[in-house]
Amino acid sequence: MNEKKSADVWVFAEQRDGELHDVSLELLGKASELASQAGGAVVAVLMGHQVRELAQILVNHGAHIVFVADDPRLGQYRLLPYTHVLESLIKKHEPGTVLMGATAMGVELAPRVAARLRTGLSAHCIDLKLDEKGNLLQMVPGWGGGIVATIACPDHRPQMATVMPGAMRVLPEEEREGRIEDVSIDLPDSNMGPEVLGVERTVAGEQPLEKAEVVVAGGWGVGGKENWHLLEELARLLGGAVGATRPPVDEGWARESQMIGQSGKTVRPTLYLGIGISGVMHHIVGMDQSKHVISINSNQNADIFQASDVIVAQDFMKIVPPLISELKSRVKG
Amino acid sequence: MNRIIVCVKPVPDPKHWDKVSMDPETKTLKREGIPLILNPLDKHALEAALVLRESHGGEVVLLSMAPPFAQPLIREGLAMGADRAVLLSDRVFAGSDSLATAEILAAGCRWIGDYDVILCGNQSIDGSTAQICSQLAEMLNIPNVMHVIGLEGSSGDNLVITQKIESGSVTLSSGFPIVLSVRKELNKPRYIPFTGILAAESKEITIVSNEDVRVDPERIGLSGSPTKMAGMDVRKFERKRERLEGTVDEIVKKLVERIYQCGVIEC
Ligand SMILES: Cc1cc2nc3c(=O)[nH]c(=O)nc-3n(C[C@H](O)[C@H](O)[C@H](O)COP(=O)(O)OP(=O)(O)OC[C@H]3O[C@@H](n4cnc5c(N)ncnc54)[C@H](O)[C@@H]3O)c2cc1C
Ligand SMILES: Cc1cc2nc3c(=O)[nH]c(=O)nc-3n(C[C@H](O)[C@H](O)[C@H](O)COP(=O)(O)OP(=O)(O)OC[C@H]3O[C@@H](n4cnc5c(N)ncnc54)[C@H](O)[C@@H]3O)c2cc1C
Repeated sequence: MNEKKSADVWVFAEQRDGELHDVSLELLGKASELASQAGGAVVAVLMGHQVRELAQILVNHGAHIVFVADDPRLGQYRLLPYTHVLESLIKKHEPGTVLMGATAMGVELAPRVAARLRTGLSAHCIDLKLDEKGNLLQMVPGWGGGIVATIACPDHRPQMATVMPGAMRVLPEEEREGRIEDVSIDLPDSNMGPEVLGVERTVAGEQPLEKAEVVVAGGWGVGGKENWHLLEELARLLGGAVGATRPPVDEGWARESQMIGQSGKTVRPTLYLGIGISGVMHHIVGMDQSKHVISINSNQNADIFQASDVIVAQDFMKIVPPLISELKSRVKG
Repeated sequence: MNRIIVCVKPVPDPKHWDKVSMDPETKTLKREGIPLILNPLDKHALEAALVLRESHGGEVVLLSMAPPFAQPLIREGLAMGADRAVLLSDRVFAGSDSLATAEILAAGCRWIGDYDVILCGNQSIDGSTAQICSQLAEMLNIPNVMHVIGLEGSSGDNLVITQKIESGSVTLSSGFPIVLSVRKELNKPRYIPFTGILAAESKEITIVSNEDVRVDPERIGLSGSPTKMAGMDVRKFERKRERLEGTVDEIVKKLVERIYQCGVIEC
């Protein structure tokens, strides 16, 4: 697969229970940019059972072609069958680039597929660019995010990457033309790995942090669960969502789904307002693509200030309550 | 159970990461003088192996690809309770990406032989690709499960595995052999007893080179790695860093103005 350098960009369209993961749409946005630059097509691969109706959503977000592998045996995600289907599709069509979300599923599936194809894979990318030769330059954070490595895969195809959820922009959804094609699959009956005994849903639907235009994030400096409601109120007034660093999640003030950073989510809101956050790289990697950053921290020299547009070096308890009253009196409705 | 292999990686201690700097000429990381620790999640992997050994018997073998100076860290794993260790050390391994690393670790596993379960951390704290578990399993042509937060060896040759996903968890049932990578929720690594430290002194660390495991030289090291490091940057920030000063009242007024200027709310 080395000689042929196709400019097509493939996106693994992740779904569970018939629900597309947002990262799949984000990847289509990036894939559109890369493919138009290189003169290739955007192809989505959709797998599951009775998921065909999702294909048009993928088209409307930028896919030119959607391959649909619809089969009862693919109804539950299982690593080995999914690897098998992706492997055969990739071997048949030889795309230049394959992108997947750095989700629980993508992080497990992508490396297995890459190893089977004996090609390179970069992990948890925060950005992707093409160089003049059509090589994908993959920005990979390492060492807790303090450094960003640029990884390329010049001699092997496809070049593969997993991408942090929230890191790429979704194209506006509109009626678009695309080809939806069913693919036949032949799965071996045996040696398909562990059986799924059950799936438990513990996380209820909530305002997705990655989509919020305003993120009010709290850190250890918020001091306790009893203060956390201030952040929630502030977020509500600003029409945003509440995020957190790791300590509030560990302490149970915030949910794990609210964690921003290397082991959590990437957010890129118009406004990120950080409260009581020191600015450790683990966290910064998840927020430094925000458009405007305001930080409140009582330490005059907090590291987060380096990564902030507006600095409030104050005890948040002195600032946030009057800020809330001020906003209440001004915000319409 | 015959054998459980636990993959452990020595990593630079994050407490000292502020000492990492970049050589502006070579664009490589200068990490001299930074002490190594065992990758934190690998202790959780080892704990899981020790628990499995208690219920299913068998031998727990540590496997690490690292320079020989990592031996004291490997000894820490032996003190925790592993039976012996194999250290894959060879200059030709240097510069391996995840695919090449998985190739080498797979060769190490085959060299050890007779494994039923291979345990890894879900992710290292330095390279942190989280790619080793799936790639190692693929090289060995056996199944794998990542994000493991529950593990029960029920009857004889069956494992019940709980895997964490975004919306909750998945319960899986698997036979042997299998590669698993664990998250920290799985367990709490035991403290190292003093007797463990003493016992570790007499446990064996076998140093193995590519002469022994014989991986195709074209598939390892810098040249055998499909991914290439094209550059490396210390993250820098281009932000305005405007400090709001004055009385609390004045600061709050200015803060509200700045929020309005972002255009996220209307007045
Ligand atoms: C900033 C940076 C970015 C990088 N980006 C990429 C990239 O995009 N793609 C790529 O292919 N490589 C990349 N690498 C290289 C990659 O980190 C190394 O190849 C490494 O050997 C793979 O290990 P990991 O720490 O990433 O593994 P992970 O998959 O994160 O490690 C998981 C587990 O695997 C086991 N394990 C890992 N390494 C060893 C070992 N040496 N000995 C024993 N057990 C081990 C441990 O149990 C560990 O907990 C990058 C390295 C750096 C520093
Ligand atoms: C492998 C690994 C992965 C990790 N992944 C993540 C991740 O994804 N996301 C993440 O966030 N963390 C992550 N962490 C943890 C990370 O290293 C930091 O520990 C964490 O981000 C620090 O959170 P913090 O800023 O809230 O707390 P601290 O560092 O304790 O900072 C608290 C701040 O609050 C300020 N403060 C105290 N009181 C007040 C007050 N009254 N008013 C205003 N300010 C006040 C203090 O000055 C201080 O700066 C990870 C760690 C590891 C080892």
